[in-house]
Amino acid sequence: MLTLKQSRRLNTLVVGLFAWAVALLLFFPIFWMLLTSLKTEIDAFATPPQFIFTPTLENYLHIQDRSGYFKYAWNSVTISFGATALGMLIAIPAAYSMAFCETKRTKGTLLWMLSTKMLPPVGVLVPIYLLAKQFGLLDSRAVLIIIYTLINLPILVWMIYTYFKDIPRDILEAARMDGATLLQEMLRVLLPISKGGLASTMLLSLILCWNEAFWSLNLTSSNAAPLTALIASYSSPEGLFWAKLSAVSTLACAPILIFGWISQKQLVRGLSFGAVK
Amino acid sequence: MKAFNLLLGTACMASIALAQAAETLTVATVNNADMIRMQRLSKTFEQQNPDIKLNWVVLEENVLRQRLTTDIATQGGQFDVLTIGMYEASLWGDKGWLAPMTDLPDDYDLDDVFPSVREGLSVDGTLYALPFYAESSMTYYRTDLFEQAGLQMPEHPTWTQMAEFAEKLHKPGEDQYGICLRGKAGWGENMALVTTVANAFGARWFDEKWQTEFDGPEWTKAAKFYVDLLSRYGPPGASSNGFNENLALFNSGKCAMWVDATVAGSFVTDESQSKVADKVGFTFAPQETTDKGSAWLYSWALAIPTSSQQKDAAKTFTAWATSKDYAKLVAETDGVANVPPGTRESTYNEQYMAAAPFAEITLESLKQADPASPSAKPVPYVGIQLVTIPEFQAIGTQVGKMFSAALTGQMPVEQMLTAVQQSTTREMKRAGYPK
Amino acid sequence: MATTTTALPKAPASNASPQPAERRRPRLAPSWFLVSPSVVLLLLWMLVPLAMTLYFSLVRYNLLYPGEKDFVGLENFHYFLTDAGFIPGMTNTLILVGSVLLISVVLGVLISALLEAADFAGRGIVRVLLISPFFIMPTVSALVWKNLIYHPVSGILAAVWKFFGTQPVDWLAQHPLASIVIIVSWQWLPFAILILMTAMQSLDQEQKEAARLDGAGPIAIFWHLTLPHLARPIAVVVMIETIFLLSVFAEIFTTTSGGPGYASTNLAYLIYNQALLQFDVGMASAGGLIAVVIANIAAIILVRMLGKNLTEKY
Repeated sequence: MLTLKQSRRLNTLVVGLFAWAVALLLFFPIFWMLLTSLKTEIDAFATPPQFIFTPTLENYLHIQDRSGYFKYAWNSVTISFGATALGMLIAIPAAYSMAFCETKRTKGTLLWMLSTKMLPPVGVLVPIYLLAKQFGLLDSRAVLIIIYTLINLPILVWMIYTYFKDIPRDILEAARMDGATLLQEMLRVLLPISKGGLASTMLLSLILCWNEAFWSLNLTSSNAAPLTALIASYSSPEGLFWAKLSAVSTLACAPILIFGWISQKQLVRGLSFGAVK
Repeated sequence: MKAFNLLLGTACMASIALAQAAETLTVATVNNADMIRMQRLSKTFEQQNPDIKLNWVVLEENVLRQRLTTDIATQGGQFDVLTIGMYEASLWGDKGWLAPMTDLPDDYDLDDVFPSVREGLSVDGTLYALPFYAESSMTYYRTDLFEQAGLQMPEHPTWTQMAEFAEKLHKPGEDQYGICLRGKAGWGENMALVTTVANAFGARWFDEKWQTEFDGPEWTKAAKFYVDLLSRYGPPGASSNGFNENLALFNSGKCAMWVDATVAGSFVTDESQSKVADKVGFTFAPQETTDKGSAWLYSWALAIPTSSQQKDAAKTFTAWATSKDYAKLVAETDGVANVPPGTRESTYNEQYMAAAPFAEITLESLKQADPASPSAKPVPYVGIQLVTIPEFQAIGTQVGKMFSAALTGQMPVEQMLTAVQQSTTREMKRAGYPK
Repeated sequence: MATTTTALPKAPASNASPQPAERRRPRLAPSWFLVSPSVVLLLLWMLVPLAMTLYFSLVRYNLLYPGEKDFVGLENFHYFLTDAGFIPGMTNTLILVGSVLLISVVLGVLISALLEAADFAGRGIVRVLLISPFFIMPTVSALVWKNLIYHPVSGILAAVWKFFGTQPVDWLAQHPLASIVIIVSWQWLPFAILILMTAMQSLDQEQKEAARLDGAGPIAIFWHLTLPHLARPIAVVVMIETIFLLSVFAEIFTTTSGGPGYASTNLAYLIYNQALLQFDVGMASAGGLIAVVIANIAAIILVRMLGKNLTEKY
């Protein structure tokens, strides 16, 4: 018979094993992609798939030589952060009033906002293309920032609204009773409390902008092309380039992946529902 | 006073220099090996022409086509040089969306370019694009496997013979497949090959009244043959194999035979990517009841949209990239076998023929291909493995998906042909044919 | 501290004191002002392209014949709805969305529970590994799965199959929709895990202890205590995922191109077929509008089912 302590230890071990197994399984495709990026092309296509091989950085060098990674990366960074900043700027006030001054129309407005995301981008490609051309915005980062802000706005508003709803009004009331203006109330009281929720919303927005592959391909050509365009230029070429494709994929996803890993603690803290004390 | 004059002079010089600042050309191209090479070697062009700078947009074929069409139809003006095929060149040139290729540099030698290729890129005698490379299709086979099995590949094999060879050479247990053919759905993927098979069996896409004959005897025979051959003696997953996948399979030694684009010739004989580089034999694409339309004709060409603001600079670049000088440059840096094939007579000199064992068949196939007469029966359209009407992209892809489905066993061939007949007729009716 | 011996204690009551009605009124003015930028922007964003789409859907506009713009009424809609791919497209869309939702929520809950069940070594790393797939670009995921995993000659799964002596399965050709469901689930499961995992952490440990002391087994605790607490996060996950799953496109485009036949075509891909392959802007617009209608219907149904959980505190 196991003592309580021993059975707890066994429990932990079993749980741990399972969890690690699941995690490794889920992470495996990414690991395999990373591994393939370090192989030569012939190794990459070899059967059976090789786990042991001589690693090489030639693929990464080739990419830098042919396309120049940093221009694309910089575009991705400016566009994603720009759209996120703009989006948050517009979404926070909106979510504030929806959460704290709820009217009969709030729910309806929220749902309507979400429904704007239902139109498949493909259906509006030509109208938007024509509009962008009209304003001379083709192949500019500005047009992507604007469009990304607009398509992410419903999600941002809605997520922030959900966090704000969890904040007890007393805290805000207390601040106002101390004579704070609306702006001060927001800046000094609201934002610090909802820091975690806002951080996770921002991360979500960043991910969505970073990985968006339809508008970024169609509205840019060379100057404003982000990393998604870089990937597109390596996919399914004539002549198989699996190793190079893996390398460019790793390069494209690495920044946001690393950023996510670093900020995931923030994320975890911020996504707790109903635990604001 | 002197200092002031000096300053003024310097200012003038500076402003003149600024006025001659670099023109930036945006070049859109496919991510094929030859184009990527062009991108790499274009640094030489930039050195020779310091006032022209190049920006590259490199995309996969289908995405590129969609992107370019959207831009050119809305006169978006995003690109200065386009990489298009014969299909787009004819259609867009006709609509006046492309700048005519006149006033070429004196040493360009347009007569050196093959007439059939020139024809394919012109409308009513006006050339709208300069050919970068051209290809037909041919048969690749493993000389070692043929020798082992005691087989002889004739110079003009028939599809029936190919089936016999495939049966004998199909050893899936040893990772060796009798024949590799395109199965991936797409009007430029599997349909290019399937159409040549159909042509060889005497079929055609449309009759003189623009009616389709998919449920006719020739198409039925050809479709059944193709599906049968590939599903029995082809590699697993054939229905998602396009050019790339088959090239990789052949290069890693898994295919005994392969019928595909002539450009693959330089890849399968390249030791750095092919395990069987010295064991490849070449011959003409198979025929059956006729040899008309049994090998396709396609060309990637560079064109300039009328919406471009830098037509002169664009013309300088396109002329350079398709010139004899460029061919020489490639020969010097990457070896003569990698010169862009199929466009110029001058490419096929002694040196090239010696270095490229596939050159002769390529040359002959290109000469024999006649897009104006692609089938044994008369046709109202131009094009061997495609039909040069705007609606063909959608129709071709749709038919391609159906063939793919038949290949995976999802539907029997007859049912597939009936479905294809219906959907194509529907499309043509909506488009208003016969026009 | 457990004091009752009856049913499991419910979640604590809302800690907001009831607001006297008079306090609310002065707030209406600023609220209108704050909300309006986003509303106005979204309105513009919706209306202008929407108006253009509406216009295009009623004319026959093919990019390749830009001069011809004859008014054809509802012909585009009719043609789209009678396309052979429409019904498969609809069904596939529903199957795709439903399956991914099911997989990501069920597995998400289970995996989050697993993570919370014990504090084992390296739990932080496990968390990081689990959420990684969400950061990968959909196109990249599709390419990796298609070439490195599913490929029947040199993919990992083929190697595993061959190891056990059987013929490798051509996943994308023989089970196209299922394969795509797996890819999309792989991408969205981390999102569900993330949300659910943090929600689980906020579950009041005291209640759990109280229940355990009362003799409730782990399954009973899970069913009666954990799951209700997760109701809202699950609703969030379902809502967000549905929005994105309805327009899954990149994965299909990269792997199967909607085939073989129509086996993996969904509505978004069908519209792409019309819009970009045929350059038929009229049809694409009509298809887009139909997709909006269908999506809105789905949204209304969803909200009816989940509405309470989305907007109320408890």
